[in-house]
Formats: sequence, C-alpha cells, structure tokens
Amino acid sequence: MADNKVWKPKILGMVCNWCSYAGADLAGGGRIQYPPDVRIIRVMCTGRFDSLFVLKAFADGADGVLISGCHFGDCHYLEGNFKAAKRMFMVKRLMKSIGLDDRRFRMTFVSASEGAKWAAVITDVVRTINELGPSPITEFRK
Amino acid sequence: MMVEKKKTTTKKTETKKQEAKKVAPVKQEVKKQAAAPAPAAQNAVAAPGATTQKDARIGVFICHCGTNIAGSMDIQAVQDYAKTIPHVAYVDNYKYMCSMPGQTLIQKAVKENNLTGVVVAACTPRLHEPTFRTATKDAGLNPFRFEMANIRDQNSWVHMHDREGSTEKAKDAVRIAVAKAALLQDLFPKSVPVEPAAMVVGAGVAGMQASLDLAAAGIKTYLIESDMSIGGRMSQLDKTFPTLDCSQCILTPKMVDVGRSEKIELMTWSEVENVEGYIGNFEVTIKKKARGVMTPKEAAAKGIVGGGCNGCGDCDAVCPVIKPNVFEVGMKPRKAIYINHPQVVPLIYTIDFNACVKCGLCVTACGPEKRAIDLNMQDEFIKVKVGTVILATGYDIFPIENKQEWGYKRYENVITSLEFERLICASGPTGGHLVRPSDGQTPMRVAFVLCAGSRDNTGIGKPYCSRFCCMYSLKHAHQIVEKIPGCVPYIFYMDIRSFGKMYEEFYYRIQNEGAKFIRGRVANILEDPKTKNLHVYADDTLLDRPVDMEVDLVVLAAAIEPKADTNRTRKLFGVSCSQDGWLLEAHPKLNPCGTTTAGVFLAGVCQGPKDIPDTVAQAEGAASAASIPIHMGEVELEPYFAQCIEEKCAGCGMCVNLCPYSALSLVEKNGRTVMQVTEAKCKGCGTCGGFCPGGAIWMQHFATPQIVAQIDAFLLGGEE
Ligand SMILES: Cc1cc2nc3c(=O)[nH]c(=O)nc-3n(C[C@H](O)[C@H](O)[C@H](O)COP(=O)(O)OP(=O)(O)OC[C@H]3O[C@@H](n4cnc5c(N)ncnc54)[C@H](O)[C@@H]3O)c2cc1C
Ligand code: SF4
Ligand code: SF4
Ligand code: FES
Repeated sequence: MADNKVWKPKILGMVCNWCSYAGADLAGGGRIQYPPDVRIIRVMCTGRFDSLFVLKAFADGADGVLISGCHFGDCHYLEGNFKAAKRMFMVKRLMKSIGLDDRRFRMTFVSASEGAKWAAVITDVVRTINELGPSPITEFRK
Repeated sequence: MMVEKKKTTTKKTETKKQEAKKVAPVKQEVKKQAAAPAPAAQNAVAAPGATTQKDARIGVFICHCGTNIAGSMDIQAVQDYAKTIPHVAYVDNYKYMCSMPGQTLIQKAVKENNLTGVVVAACTPRLHEPTFRTATKDAGLNPFRFEMANIRDQNSWVHMHDREGSTEKAKDAVRIAVAKAALLQDLFPKSVPVEPAAMVVGAGVAGMQASLDLAAAGIKTYLIESDMSIGGRMSQLDKTFPTLDCSQCILTPKMVDVGRSEKIELMTWSEVENVEGYIGNFEVTIKKKARGVMTPKEAAAKGIVGGGCNGCGDCDAVCPVIKPNVFEVGMKPRKAIYINHPQVVPLIYTIDFNACVKCGLCVTACGPEKRAIDLNMQDEFIKVKVGTVILATGYDIFPIENKQEWGYKRYENVITSLEFERLICASGPTGGHLVRPSDGQTPMRVAFVLCAGSRDNTGIGKPYCSRFCCMYSLKHAHQIVEKIPGCVPYIFYMDIRSFGKMYEEFYYRIQNEGAKFIRGRVANILEDPKTKNLHVYADDTLLDRPVDMEVDLVVLAAAIEPKADTNRTRKLFGVSCSQDGWLLEAHPKLNPCGTTTAGVFLAGVCQGPKDIPDTVAQAEGAASAASIPIHMGEVELEPYFAQCIEEKCAGCGMCVNLCPYSALSLVEKNGRTVMQVTEAKCKGCGTCGGFCPGGAIWMQHFATPQIVAQIDAFLLGGEE
C-alpha cells in the first residue's frame, strides 16, 4: 500500500440508508460495474451530515466528498434531504472562499431503485476528481 | 457434509501497538469527544460516551460468500491487513459467514478472545445486519456492538474485473468499520405497545383477502376503499383463467363476508388523508367523502329510526342526470345517484356531486321514512389508531390510445380487454353478447393484440411484462370460440407466457380449440372506412413474411400501470417505489410483503403485476406479517434516538424547529435552558445532530465521534 506511487483519488461518500445505500446495493445485484475509488459511510438520513464532517474530510486529505440521499419528497424522514441540501450550499460557499474547487463536493439523489444511476453517479464523481487532481490541501500539507 | 476449516487466529502483537501509536493524535481527539459528559441518566445504561476506545478488542470476520466475494478480491490480503488495524484482536475468514458454522465461529471467537465488538465484512447490512446482530448477542455481547463492512454488493459485485481496486477498497471498508466498532456502545431497543388493530387500504381481492384473514385472526381491521363498493378489478371480470370459474361467483361471497364481518370496519368512498406515528402506533386520518346517502347506521345515529338506504333504487329511477358508468368502462349509462352494479357491497347508493344538479327528486323518491339522502352532506374526517397497515391499492389500465398506431379511440371496433370482459359478461352492458361497437353485429374474426404497451421500450409504453395479458387473452379466445360458433380468434403475440400451475396446459387447450397464433408484434392497424373492418399489419416472425389480416374486431391486451395516486399514497406511508412506479417491497425475495417502513406491508398488484392466485397468496402473506406485531403485543424500535449532552447545549433551540417529528423541546434544568428529547417521537434521522452548532446532540449508533472516527480511519488511518 505504502509504495503505491500512482495517485488514486480519495473520495468519501456519505449516503442515507433508505435510498442511496439501497440503490448502491441494487447496482451490486445488477452487477453494474463502476470505479472502486469511493468509500462509503452509511447514515440513516442525509440530514445527519454535519458540515464539519465534510470539512474534516477535506482537512484529512480527501480529494472529493459525495453526499447522496433520497429524492426530494422521498426522504424516509420527510425532509432531512432538504436540510442537507441547505448545508451543502453553505459548505460549497465556504469551499470557494478558501479556494477549494467546489466541484470536489457534490450532493446527489439516488433512489432505492436506481442502481444504474448510482453507478453513473460514482463514475462521474470519480472522473471529476481525476480531472481536478489531488486536493490542494494535501499538497499544502506536504 | 463436513465444512472446510481454515482458521488463522491473530493475537494483538507488539508491532500492532506501535502502529496504533502512530495514529494516536487523531484517536485521542476522538476519545476526547467520545468521553464527553453524559447527559442526565435518562438512559442509564447507554449514556453517551460511555465507552472509551482504549480497551476495545474487535474481531474481524471476512466472508467469501462462496465465490461471490472471494472470486473478485484477495481475501488473504484483506485478512493480513486487518490484523494490523488498531484494536483488532482477532481475524478470521469463512466461506459463508451467515451460515450456522459461520455464526458459531463468531460466537466462539468472541468468548475465547474477550472481544468487545464484532465486524463482519460480507454482503450488505440491509440483508444480514439482523443475522449478525443476533449472532453477536448469542455470543454474550450487546447486539449493537456489531458493525458490517459491505464488501459484496458495493464491492466485489461492482468491481468484478479490478482485483487490486476491489481488495484495497475492502481493506479500507474493514478499517472504517473497525473504527466505528471500537466506539460502539451497548444500546437497548425500546419496546412500545402495539395498538391491537390493523388497516387495509384498497378493497380489491387483495385487500379483501387480507382483511378477512386479519379478522379471522381476531384483529379489528379498518378496510378503506376509495370507490363506492369493494371488489376492485376482479368484480369487472367475467371468467377467470385457467379454471374458467365465473369471477362474480368466487368473489361475491367474499364481498358479502367482508361486509358482514364484525371485526372488519368497512369504509367505502373513503381515503387516507394523513398518517402519523410508527409501527404499533399509527394514527391515521381518514376522509369519508360526502356520499350524499346515509347508511341505516348513520341514519339511526341521527335519530331517523328505521331509516337509511336499503338499496331499493327508487332514487336512481327518478334522477334526471345521465353519466357514463365507469365500472362498465363507459359502455352503459348511470345516473348522478348510482351503484356500480347490483352486487355492490355495501349496497348503499352514492351521489356523484360533480354531476348532481340538486333538483331534489331523489329526496322525494326516497320518502319520509328512510330519509336516506342528504344533499348537503359534508366530507368527514375520522382518526383511528392502528398497529400495522397493508397497502393493496391495485392498478390502472395504461391509456392505450397513446400507442396511436393501433387506433384505440379512433376506430370504433378497436377495444381493450377490460371492455371485452364487460361485453362478454352476462351482467354487462350487452347481457353477454359480444358485439361490434360500430354496428352491433356479432364479430366472426377477432384479433387479439398481446403486449399492447407492455414490454415496450419505445418510451411510450411500459418496459415490463404485465404478467396476466397472455393468459386472459387465451381465456378470451376460448370464450368466443365457445359462445360464437364459427368465430375465429387470431392471437398476435411476441411470446406466450403461461408460467403458472396448469397454465401451459390451458395454452395447449386453446390451441386445440382452433385459435390461430401469429408470432409478431402488430405494427399498424387501419380501418376500412366503409365496413369499419380493420386491417391488422404485422410481421410473422416464424414464417418470415408480412401479414395483412382483415378482422371485424380488435382487442388490445393493454398494459397495466400503477394507480394515478400511488405517489401520494406511498408518501403518506413513507414507502418507496421501484423504477416502474410500483410500490417497493423490502426485499424482492426474502421480504416480498414488507416495506422499508416498519409495520407497513404490501399485497396484490400495487407491488407489481400479478394474477389473482399470486395476489391472494401475497395478501395472505401480508396479513400474516401484519398480524405478528399485533399478536406479540409490543415491538422493539431501533434505539437510534437523539440524546442531549446537556453540558454542551446552549439552549439556542435551533434543533427544535429542525425536527420533523416535534421530538425536541426546550426545558429548564438546574437554572439553565437545555434541549430535551421525547424518545417516543424521535425516529433517529439525525437531522438535529447534523446541525447543532455546539455538538450537543448525541445520535445513538451514529454519534459524531463515531462518524469522525470512520472519516479519520479512511483518510488518515491508511497512511503508514
Ligand atoms: C382484462 C383483465 C382480465 C383479467 N383476467 C384475469 C383472470 O382471468 N385470472 C386472474 O387470475 N387474473 C386476471 N386479471 C388480473 C386481476 O385483475 C388482478 O390480479 C387482481 O384484480 C388484482 O387485485 P388487487 O386487489 O391487487 O387490485 P385491484 O383489483 O385493482 O383492487 C384495488 C382496490 O383498491 C382501491 N384503491 C386504489 N387506490 C386506493 C386508495 N388510495 N385508497 C383507497 N382505496 C384505493 C381500488 O378502488 C380497488 O378497489 C385480469 C386483469 C385484466 C385487466
Ligand atoms: S441546537 Fe444544540 S444547542 Fe441548540 S438547543 Fe438544540 S441541542 Fe441545544
Ligand atoms: S434525530 Fe431526527 S427525529 Fe430524532 S430528534 Fe433529531 S431531528 Fe427529531
Ligand atoms: S432518508 Fe434518505 S435522505 Fe433522508
């Protein structure tokens, strides 16, 4: 692991149990292939995501962060994803103000029946982060 | 059969401790947070921050899932790596971790190695978290000391050709899971009493069967039906395949039983307006739409002794407004005050207030004794409490006129199968005589177009198979051969799907009766404007030649689709839908009646196309599942409640407004304003915890230190 010289993006995904996590499982059931660069942390609802989690991840050296939950109106807890989306905009503004490209942080909506969409989302997230390259924070810490 | 034994036990080594030291700064920070002062002993055993990480001893168990996982990654590499993760005291792997030997292996390891937590790297927690929690519990640990790493559904199955990427991802997943497991606490699910009543929404054959079963089990059941009668689609059918018994003959006795049952409170012309609460304690508001006519019971309540509707129909006779009867697919008229058909249950007339001109003739006809009609009746809202709910809302027919090439609604002699059912039915608009709508003549050549709008990837129709069209079209072919001597059915099909018990035999029977089968999708239908006959154009794919067939009548086996208001219904009950819009079951194979909302179950076509035998089977399954919590008397709720760390709470009250369930409030405690959680209301979404600026909310099982530990484990833990 240590002598792995090629840069591989480090991407954190925080997904809700009811929609996106289920959608990701469905992609598995359908054997829909996508790149393996995202690590998933499961929470009950995207409403659980604290802006600080995202900032902490970037501070720890994440190259990208993805929050994914239910479509608006489908949240298992009514409106957690609305609250999450609000926080997402705030975090994005903060990122811009410190010179961090806000394309590194994304919120998506993938339902329990959208396995193919999940695979497409991950593929696109990985492509974007690959294009953006290593996070400037990691570079700075070096 | 002997099980393969492959065991590699690891004890914590000196080197491991050193590694643990390297990541120490991060861990310390976590620990500090984790050790945050506990809130007042509302939950004495599982006080926030009760566990420090120092003494955690985690066992990691890696599953091969046969070759499902082992085929795509290097299990040995993951195992070797797991041994180096801080706090890991034991690592093992096995072919099927969920099997009996696999679970025994976990229990033995926990006991022999004094483990404090269990990590299983296998499929998905959505499938086997309950299994491994039980195993963890049987090992003598609190079941919430278990954490799962998903290395199958979200790894080996989706990175099948990237062995290295998949192995690295599995290592990270294990490390992330261990970080959380090390901080997990004992939790104790809360038991809540279950309201000893159930609700069934939709009274087609599915809802009726489910209600009858629940009633037979002694459970008070509210059956809610939006139409004026129960029975659903099945009451519109003439005969049913493959046995050809008459639909009314097998359905009406059931309808009568439903109407008569003392345990079933039937509410027709009613809809669900609002749902609150959770399994065991749903509070449902039902809208009783103004029907304009009182039942004898309702009349009695108003002091009209011996009054109320007795179904005599005197009102119907005098009403001047004429409308098409939807039950007869518009082929028969009805009045503004009407019943769908003579066998309705309950036999109570209903006024269509959109059509009624309030002339009052019906009121006079009903007379001063019954006084059943109230033209000023208002919608009524009724609240009931139930423990469990079954959704059985059925289906609609796809608007087949959208497939313009077949000319439905443009050509008079192109009809749908549902119209055919009514025309061939003895109680239908023509008394059972199949006639051409254009001239009332008996058709002698009838074309059946199968998969009309089903298995259609053009974006206009439905991609799925509607599952009963093949079979009912065979039934229709049989019916015309039987009723109209010399009449020839031509069946245009893609494949005949006769998969059920005795279905293939039924198919052979129809072939022998003289039905002609043409394999090919119908491309176009054109009408001869003079004769109103139809030309059916298709490609016979077996003979490889184009077909132009002139027929007298075309019957389109139209696709079916979810009810128009399915989205509204599912949102009321917090149920998801699949891509096609049908209500989503909890698991397609292992939990086909359940949903992701505990206590809400599915029955019948609302979950996906199915014929009557499958509908009834699922209804009985759903009724059984819905009766379990009621018979148990109490259910356990997952203890993912929010807790307030009072020392940190500034009493700002921001969280109070965020909670969608009004579970939070501000209270005075020791001279300070602090937040308080009403656990019975909290559903554990974590929205409050994601916001609190002071970090004062402890989300059980998803606490901030636990999540931060996961993030750190991923991003920092791997850097040696
Ligand atoms: C032309 C045709 C022929 C068929 N022939 C056969 C056959 O021969 N053999 C066979 O096995 N199957 C046959 N079927 C299939 C059969 O109709 C279904 O399997 C069966 O009717 C499904 O029953 P259900 O209770 O799930 O749905 P439905 O019969 O649709 O019942 C649903 C009920 O719920 C009510 N409802 C809907 N939404 C709400 C709401 N929001 N609130 C309250 N109530 C609501 C509806 O009014 C309805 O009464 C045929 C189908 C068609 C179209
Ligand atoms: S948001 Fe946090 S600090 Fe404010 S009242 Fe709620 S728990 Fe207390
Ligand atoms: S976790 Fe969700 S339901 Fe529970 S108190 Fe917080 S916001 Fe309300
Ligand atoms: S449960 Fe999925 S976003 Fe709230």
